[in-house]
Parts: sequence; structure tokens; C-alpha cells
Amino acid sequence: MATTGGGEVTIRDLSKSFSLGGRPLAVLRALNLDIRSGECLVIVGASGSGKTTLLRILAGLEASDSGGVAIDGKPVHGVGAERAVIFQEPRLLPWLTVLGNVAFGLEVRGVPKAEAEDKARFYTELVGLAEFSDAYPRQLSGGMAQRVGIARALTVQPEILLLDEPLGALDAMTKIGMQEELARIWSEENVTVVMVTHDLEEAIYLADRVLILPREKGGTARLVEVELPRPRDPSEGRFVRYREELLREFGLH
Amino acid sequence: MSLQHIERPVTIAAHDGRTSLGADLPRLANRAVVRFLSRYGILIAFLAIWQVSSSAGWVNAAVLPPIDTIVSALWNGLVGGTLLGDIAISLQRAGLAFAAAVAVAIPLGLFMGQVRAVETALDPILQVFRQTSALALYPVFILLLGLGEASKVFVIFWATLFPLLLNTISGVKQVDPKLLEMARVYGATRLTAFRRVVLPGAVPSIFVGLRLSATTALLLLIASEMIGANRGIGFQVMNAQYNFQIPLMFAAIVILAGLGLIANQALVSLQRRLCRWSNPID
Repeated sequence: MATTGGGEVTIRDLSKSFSLGGRPLAVLRALNLDIRSGECLVIVGASGSGKTTLLRILAGLEASDSGGVAIDGKPVHGVGAERAVIFQEPRLLPWLTVLGNVAFGLEVRGVPKAEAEDKARFYTELVGLAEFSDAYPRQLSGGMAQRVGIARALTVQPEILLLDEPLGALDAMTKIGMQEELARIWSEENVTVVMVTHDLEEAIYLADRVLILPREKGGTARLVEVELPRPRDPSEGRFVRYREELLREFGLH
Repeated sequence: MSLQHIERPVTIAAHDGRTSLGADLPRLANRAVVRFLSRYGILIAFLAIWQVSSSAGWVNAAVLPPIDTIVSALWNGLVGGTLLGDIAISLQRAGLAFAAAVAVAIPLGLFMGQVRAVETALDPILQVFRQTSALALYPVFILLLGLGEASKVFVIFWATLFPLLLNTISGVKQVDPKLLEMARVYGATRLTAFRRVVLPGAVPSIFVGLRLSATTALLLLIASEMIGANRGIGFQVMNAQYNFQIPLMFAAIVILAGLGLIANQALVSLQRRLCRWSNPID
């Protein structure tokens, strides 16, 4: 169930500012970045550094002021079928069952119900919720609901998966389990992953590369390649050194 | 490792399967009696006190006749057929008005909730209409439509329209924009998003409106039948009082209460069916 190649993202001179009390506030300044096909890029940065804005621009939910984004060489405007987004909240439709929610993305795209549900069943199983297929969202825990959201995104088989602090609202125990599951899913699905988080350990655990957005205006974004074998062990020496390196980048060490 | 084992909800077996039905039966019957009494005990006590105080002469039995007299008047009215015609005409008036209100308010409310400009333009006049008592307007409707069926149906329609319309609008507006954004990410067109997200999301609120409107319909039905009608349950209440047929008057009141309960129950069952996903209601 893998998409073939593709999913290469080119970001050129991307700028975006918001107006705050009538004054423009620049959150992204002339950002240049190449995201490789099939890699897992994790974006970290202090709040207000524009990491969520960047993700929303990649998703097509927001427009940039200048510069642009291209996917596999084609400039993108707005949302597109080659991208799927996993939000911080699961955003499930409460009147649909787990299976109905997982199939939602395909059904919206006009895939016949039976076919959509067949695919949805596969991904519901992949995230470990097969026996909850007929449950309604209000019957699920936070972690289970988020897994439904992940399955829904995987079901449309995107080339690029965009995640906006997907585990941010979960408790610590659930979070660790979910990080392991995400790592397993990436290894099974050939998909480019761009994920925003404020958890440095999560970033090192999952990322091929970590993009650190500058805290101060005028600072430059930095990329850190995480060269650790998988599965990764957060207590291992080199993992800890990566964490220290990232903390230094934040000026906290 | 996955956490699904931990997250699985703990289910507690309701029956262990070993207890025999024979031993359980008295206990089950007992529990049913307790449940029945805890729900209907006060109602039964109320009726019992009424019956006793009326037949013992503590209250004026001519004004508050004993329950059994009312029940027999109700029985005679229903079996003898004198009240059936009234029920039919009342149901026709209320039903017609309610159906018209549903046909107008739900589509209009869905539209108004979606299109901000329309809502902004129509909201002030809606607020004015809503705050103007339908009963105060009834004389106006009589002048316009005559004293016949049309003005009666119209005044009920008018009063039932607003709770339904306003609840439909708020149902549409309460739909989580984050869900709409999610649908957009998956490529939903405006129409698809409306059909798959807005409409189902508004259903619970629409039902609140339907239940309010059903109650209002019966209220206005009686009021309109008390003015210038010669048939209908509301007419019977007034007429029986004029003629001092007090048991018949109470029989008509009981029928009204019954109609209200049935209408509400029907809507609650329909809502349970359509909204199995939401929290259980009442």
C-alpha cells in the first residue's frame, strides 16, 4: 500500500506576516527548504516562530505573502489530493463510526462507499482499532480518537502527510506509545512526513531531519540531520547528545 | 509495542450466566416495581389525592370532579364519538400548521445559517416578529384571513415557525469550523461539506426546535380554538365550561395533555433514531 516516489517539496523565499494590532508581524522570512521524497522532517521552534503557519501553508489552508511551494516541481495553490493533514485535535465527525470517519476522506473524493470502506478497514487495522470499527467517537479515548484521525489521513494514501502537533494533546504515557506507532507506520508507508512539534525528544525520535525555526526575527532556520539507527532509544548516549544540540540551538543550554 | 491494550475500555459482565432465571424472577419483578414507583409514584399520589379529596367532599366536586367521573366522561366522549370529531379537526389544524412551519423553517434556517449576509439582513425583522406574541397578532390574522380555518392554521404556523427557524440557524452556526476545515483538506466542495458536515451537525439543534415548536403548536391550537371556533378540543374545553359539563371539560384537557405527550415522545424517539451518535437525551 505504498505510493510510488514523489512527495518532494520545494520551498522558495517563503514569507508570511500577520497583522497584529494594525502592525505587520513577520513569522516567516524568505524561507528556503527542500524536503526529500519519503523523509520525515520535523519542525520545531518556539511559539510564534511560525511552525504551524508553515505547515498550514504547505497544507494549502493559508496563502503565503511571497515566495512559494512546489510539490514534485509543480507549484501548489490551495489544498490537494497528494497531501493529507493530521491536526492536533482528531477532528472526527461525531455522527460517523470509526470506520465511517476513516473512510470519510475517500468518500468526499467520490470513491464508492464499498471501496472506501475496504481501504478504511485496512488502515483501521493498521492503527490497531479494528475491533472498534463500529464505535462512535464519543466512546473513544483521546489516543484512540487521534489514531482514527491518523488512519483517515493514511486512507487517502497521500504522498505528503502533514502533522500539526498531532500528539500535543495526549497524556505522557499515551504519547510514548503513539510515537512508537508513528515510527512503525512511517516505516510501512512510503510517504513524506512533515510534522510540527514542540517536543524535542519526539523530534529526535521520529525525524530524519529536524528544522529549527529561529526564535528571534532575523535569525536563520537551521537543519539538523539525525543520524541514528531505528528504532531509536531516547536513553542512549547519542540520542541525548542530539537533544543537547537542539537545546543549544534554542539557546537554552 | 502499542498501547491499545491499556486503552481498551473495561467492560463489566452484566450477567455471569450461572444464576437461574427462576431465582432471578422475583428479584427482577421487585426491581421493576421500584423503578416504576420511583418514576410514576408522585403522579399516582397526585391522582389519588385528587380522587379522595373530591369524592370525600374536601373540595367542591362540581369544580374538581373525581378522577373516575372524568375518566368515564373521557370514555363516553371517545367511544360515543362526540370528542373524536374534535380531535380530528384539532389535529388537522395543528398538523397542517406544524408541517408548513417545518417546510419553511428548516430550509430557510439552513440557508440563513450558511450565508452570513442573509442572516444579517433578516435577523432584525425575525427578532421583532419573534418577540411579538402570536396571540396579539391573532386579531390581525382574523381581519386578514377571516374567522375560519385559515386564520387558525396561520396563527399556529406563525408561532411554531420561529423556535424552529432560530434553532435551525443556530444549529448550522454551531457546526465546528475545524470540522469544516478538515473536510476542506480532503477536498470537499461547499455542497459536500454542507451535506456531510453541516447538515448532520445541525440535526440535534433542529430537534430542539421541533420539540419546542410542537409544544407551541398545541398551545396556540387551544388559544385559537377558544376564539370563534365551533369544533375542536380547545372549543370543547370552553364550551363544556360554559355549559357546566365539568367532567367533559376535564376530559378535553386530558386529551390535550395526551396529545402533547404523544407528540413529544414521537419526536424523542425519532431523535434517538437519527442521533444515536450523540449523548442520550432526557
